[in-house]
Amino acid sequence: MSGFSSQELLAIFAMQGFAGVSFFSVLLLMALGLAIIYGQMRVINMAHGEFMVIGAYATYLCSITFGALPGMMDYYLFIAIPIAFGSAFIVGYIVELALIRHLYHRPLDTLLATWGLALIMQQGFRSAFGAREVSVAVPGWLRGSYRPTMMIDIPLNGIAILVLTLLVTLGVWWFLYRSRWGLRVRCTTANRDMSGAVGINTKRVDRITFALGCGIAGIAGAAFTTISSTGPTSGSLYIVDTFLVVVFGGAGSLVGTIASAFSIAQAQSLMEFFLGSSMAKVLTLLTVIGILLIRPEGLIASKVRR
Amino acid sequence: MNIMNSLYRLFQGRHGSLGSILLLAIILMVVMPMMFDIYRLNLAGRYLTYAFVALGLVLCWGYGGILSLGQGIFFGIGGYAMAMFLKIEASDPVSTSIQSTPGIPDFMDWNRLTELPWFWVPFNSLTLTIIAVLVLPAAFAYLIGFAMFKRRVSGVYFAIITQALAVVLTILIIGQQGYTGGINGITDLRTLHGWDIRDDSARYLLYYLNAILLIGCLLIGRWVLNCKYGRILSALRDKEDRVRFSGYDVANFKIFIFCLAAFISGIGGAMFTLQVGFMSPSFIGIVPSIEFVIFAAVGGRLSLVGGVYGALIVSFAKTMFAEAYPQLWQFLIGAVFIVVVLVLPYGLASVYGRYGRRLFTPVKDWFSKRKANSSGASAGLKEKRS
Repeated sequence: MSGFSSQELLAIFAMQGFAGVSFFSVLLLMALGLAIIYGQMRVINMAHGEFMVIGAYATYLCSITFGALPGMMDYYLFIAIPIAFGSAFIVGYIVELALIRHLYHRPLDTLLATWGLALIMQQGFRSAFGAREVSVAVPGWLRGSYRPTMMIDIPLNGIAILVLTLLVTLGVWWFLYRSRWGLRVRCTTANRDMSGAVGINTKRVDRITFALGCGIAGIAGAAFTTISSTGPTSGSLYIVDTFLVVVFGGAGSLVGTIASAFSIAQAQSLMEFFLGSSMAKVLTLLTVIGILLIRPEGLIASKVRR
Repeated sequence: MNIMNSLYRLFQGRHGSLGSILLLAIILMVVMPMMFDIYRLNLAGRYLTYAFVALGLVLCWGYGGILSLGQGIFFGIGGYAMAMFLKIEASDPVSTSIQSTPGIPDFMDWNRLTELPWFWVPFNSLTLTIIAVLVLPAAFAYLIGFAMFKRRVSGVYFAIITQALAVVLTILIIGQQGYTGGINGITDLRTLHGWDIRDDSARYLLYYLNAILLIGCLLIGRWVLNCKYGRILSALRDKEDRVRFSGYDVANFKIFIFCLAAFISGIGGAMFTLQVGFMSPSFIGIVPSIEFVIFAAVGGRLSLVGGVYGALIVSFAKTMFAEAYPQLWQFLIGAVFIVVVLVLPYGLASVYGRYGRRLFTPVKDWFSKRKANSSGASAGLKEKRS
């Protein structure tokens, strides 16, 4: 570090910090969905990354269809995000109906079954879109960058993703803590039998919750396309990180998930500059595992009695 | 008399009937060498090294309830320990004289290292290498197990953390190319103490060594499950709190079975390196580690020999299908995962338990009848005498 002046160091921290913010956004969007699914139903969804890829491919298809129309290129993202959400939501709904429903109370088995699902989905993508990675044309208004000083250069699409993530997080918070549905979801998490007894259709709650978690992964996919290209196996690269985010944050806690996504993304991005990406990743993962050993319940433990 | 008694007790027990192990031994040692040519037999030997890991998973996942998604770590440690020894032997100063520093492995030379790193030095000696193969995986498992089980980390958290550890190890090996050979792994392994491990006779010998070691590990696993420890292990899988309240230190029991599984996996890794002639990080990460779990799941997580059959069947199916229809294979293996979990949680062994056993009942009846007759006859003889 001695080779840099203090001003340069500041600029590096600002820019790497902001590169971390894009990573943070995708990680948080993925983790939100997974935290809902795991916190609510104790289902380990190893296919979560593939739901993200569904969203990414949906965005790609949108960009192709709307890119052909004149004048629509700049605005397709606003159509693509709901479509990405919707397609992942529908697939998630079907998967719950066909597979997950039979596996409640067997968390380790959901892990294996959804891994099989992930393999099938990956091969499905490969058959449908080819093994090559596809990338989406970024609209003109997202291409520039914001320069507060001479040395700091922040790309606009990073800011856009951050805004999107904040909106989705707010939406999830509103859904879970301020809506009628959220009340039912939290009720079912707290005590399933009792919720059934007071007239909540717990099976329906499960189904909607799972589908919603998958839908949010779809939005993560839409955000993912603006920072990287999409291949059939893009999702599996994120799954381990996402799980660590959820476990590290304390399952079932929204604030914990945000805090852990932020710290993991920032730690990795800042260390990346000084140590190289592989060592940064190793150190981050080891630190997280180390902290988890000291605090197995995660950063913020949920107060639900089990 | 006492020895006879304890010997007899060794062959009794509820878990893993000796007949099934004997049958497996016959299949491995007699049937397969007769059916296959040397190429296929070598392939089978390679799959049998996966069976070591599957056997370890049957012990710690099926009976202990500890699902580890990082068994590739221990397979890898065993394999790399053996590969390091073979690599040092393969890069003697004469055959590496074109390098800028002769006498060190080629990938180190490419990465401008000028001498052997300190952790490679012990692998100059075969004795130390064998000790490393036997001790290192278990020691590593002890570290992981001690850290986790003492903190009462279990179930899903344990699975995810071991998976993350497998990722860490893979990234570390790929990143530190100069020390580990990087993503290509350690290749070009030819001789063990001057003995060519690649010609046909060596392959036969290694295959048999592998099969004998596997049967030995099966017997160890069987013995562990049938003594008192095995009972406690199943008890803590089913009702951990109750075992804890009865005064047992649950963590130590879990650590032991996890270490045993790692020890067995490490032997498998070393045999893999010997039979295949290389070792690479692609046998450590997430995908192979989950594949090991599928072997155990397909064979039957509660059946010792099931893991071996699972490894053989799935791997052979993979080779045959993946050569002909690589796309179909991924769909198929994904479907197998789902079907096994949904319909057959106890794998092929449960199918045998439900239907196959009937095939053998006539044979068993015949045997027991004969026994009853002969014992009846001898009893009659005794009566006459008295």
